[in-house]
Amino acid sequence: MKSNGIAALAQDLVKRFGDFTAVAGMNFEVYRGEIFGFLGPNGSGKTTTIRMALGLLTPTSGSVEVLGVPVDGNTHALRPRIGYMSQRFSLYNDLSVLQNLQFYGRAYGLSNHELKEGVEDALVLAGLEGREKVKTHELSGGWRQRLALGAAILHEPEILFLDEPTAGVDPLSRRDFWDLLYGLIEKNITVFVTTHYMDEAEHCHRLAFIQSGSRIVYGSPAEIKEEVMPGQVLELAPSDTGKTIQVLREASDRLKIDEVELYGSLVHVFGPQMEDKLDAIINTLRDAGHDPGQASLVEPSLEDVFIASIK
Amino acid sequence: MTSQAAIALSSLTKEFKDNRAVDSLDISIQPGELFGLVGPDGAGKTTTLRLLAGLLDITEGEATIAGLDLAAETEKIKSHIGYMAQEFSMYAELSVEENLLFFAELYDVPVEHIQARKERLLEFAGLTEFKERRAAHLSGGMQKKLALACTLIHEPQILLLDEPTTGVDPVSRREFWNILTELHINGTTIIVSTPYMDEADRCSRVGLMYAGRLIVCASPQEIRQRVEGEMIELRPEDWQSARVLVAELPGVLEVQNYGERLHLLVDSAEKRLPEIETVLRSKKASYRSIRPAPTGMEEAFISLIKRMED
Repeated sequence: MKSNGIAALAQDLVKRFGDFTAVAGMNFEVYRGEIFGFLGPNGSGKTTTIRMALGLLTPTSGSVEVLGVPVDGNTHALRPRIGYMSQRFSLYNDLSVLQNLQFYGRAYGLSNHELKEGVEDALVLAGLEGREKVKTHELSGGWRQRLALGAAILHEPEILFLDEPTAGVDPLSRRDFWDLLYGLIEKNITVFVTTHYMDEAEHCHRLAFIQSGSRIVYGSPAEIKEEVMPGQVLELAPSDTGKTIQVLREASDRLKIDEVELYGSLVHVFGPQMEDKLDAIINTLRDAGHDPGQASLVEPSLEDVFIASIK
Repeated sequence: MTSQAAIALSSLTKEFKDNRAVDSLDISIQPGELFGLVGPDGAGKTTTLRLLAGLLDITEGEATIAGLDLAAETEKIKSHIGYMAQEFSMYAELSVEENLLFFAELYDVPVEHIQARKERLLEFAGLTEFKERRAAHLSGGMQKKLALACTLIHEPQILLLDEPTTGVDPVSRREFWNILTELHINGTTIIVSTPYMDEADRCSRVGLMYAGRLIVCASPQEIRQRVEGEMIELRPEDWQSARVLVAELPGVLEVQNYGERLHLLVDSAEKRLPEIETVLRSKKASYRSIRPAPTGMEEAFISLIKRMED
């Protein structure tokens, strides 16, 4: 919520590498206490943006502010207030879970007392209790992810940047990981997370879809759906999905529909103002001798929205 | 069923040393089905597909493909199937067109058919304008489409696709599924494995694998119905306090965050929805909306897997 204050702010942020523009004028506001999602395919500029926010890369132009502090040459004072889990986090395989956390705690310069408390909290918040003595090389992907999260929050940061934390993790572990992130929010840690899994967008409070270094959609999941695809998905349950798809695809220009797609035994029809086209669609199918079955308007997925906004 | 199954597995098992990667699979897939194989990493999806492709020996059990015995007639079966591995190896230095020609020769496609098939597949995969581009210079999504085109060059009636959309951008993923839909409508039998739960919704039937076993095999609608309980979607003004409030109410089995919304798994939506509304009002917890919601495929799988683990 905006009333909580702004945790991160990017204004016309640009990063060029030679001829290549990785980030092309990025703008966003991340509110304190929310999970902000930064979504886009591989190579869309997500990691470059995070690195600029962390002060690891200097913007070509534009500016970025984190926790009210402009990120420029000197980020020394800001560092202790920020947590970062990179895509390829390094853990010491021959150390135990506890030893890894202690190592990172010392690297952050925590005092003995801070270290003890930080480790205890991190074990709870990252869901690592009971695994303290397990050697890191024995952990599965999902558990390693949790350990990396634990290491990133040891010093009790106010904002946490997570770069593709769930890449390559199976769906069950991904779900558990998101539950941990909601736990961080309850401790007033703001979360900025990138992902290329569109289904994870639904878990964010607000998000930006990124394509080729630019923001193409921005807002809460509900706002985005309403803005980009109001009432635009019609779901049919026809007796013959194949013929239904063929008939509707052939008539798509006349019916002014964009896409017709198969979803198991259902067919989804995409286009503007589907409600007004319902009768024409049903009549077209009946005229061709097909039973359109039950028809209902359904909510688009965020992936539907992403694809529609690119087109 | 009167027609012969395209694929029939009976107690199919594969062991590696001390690991039972595939454990007594019984599945019968009819011609023309679009069958999804889903499950977490290590569930046995890839091993199952490799067994079907004749790349691994069966430890126990039997499999017939297109009516042929997999163990005894592996070579004959190869002309009926197209197998696309997760890391499909194309020749990076060859062009799109040259890759297709290479696979045509590999599969002994009669010379007189090659030209027409190549043109048709290029068109079908949306690669015609890139036919001279080297495979190494294609985007990830285009490489997957080329791999599929190569898999289709000998016109197999059965397709085995191992995670064809993993790591592909959303637009290419959508295009890839449109191609699969086209093949499905034209009668090709397809088995596709995926780690994306939302893709299960696109299949006519889904098998959920877990620890080498098939724990559910049904249509997406049926799988949803197996979840105990119903879903209510609540959009509170303040999700943190609302979550605490509703979690303790009778009949609420689970609360899941979806950004600003909460998904409540309840024993009966009809019964609990008015009760929850009453409590929210009496505690002055304002909310924007509350409604019964469909169970998502991911939620269905997670609840089924959790039940297995308990």
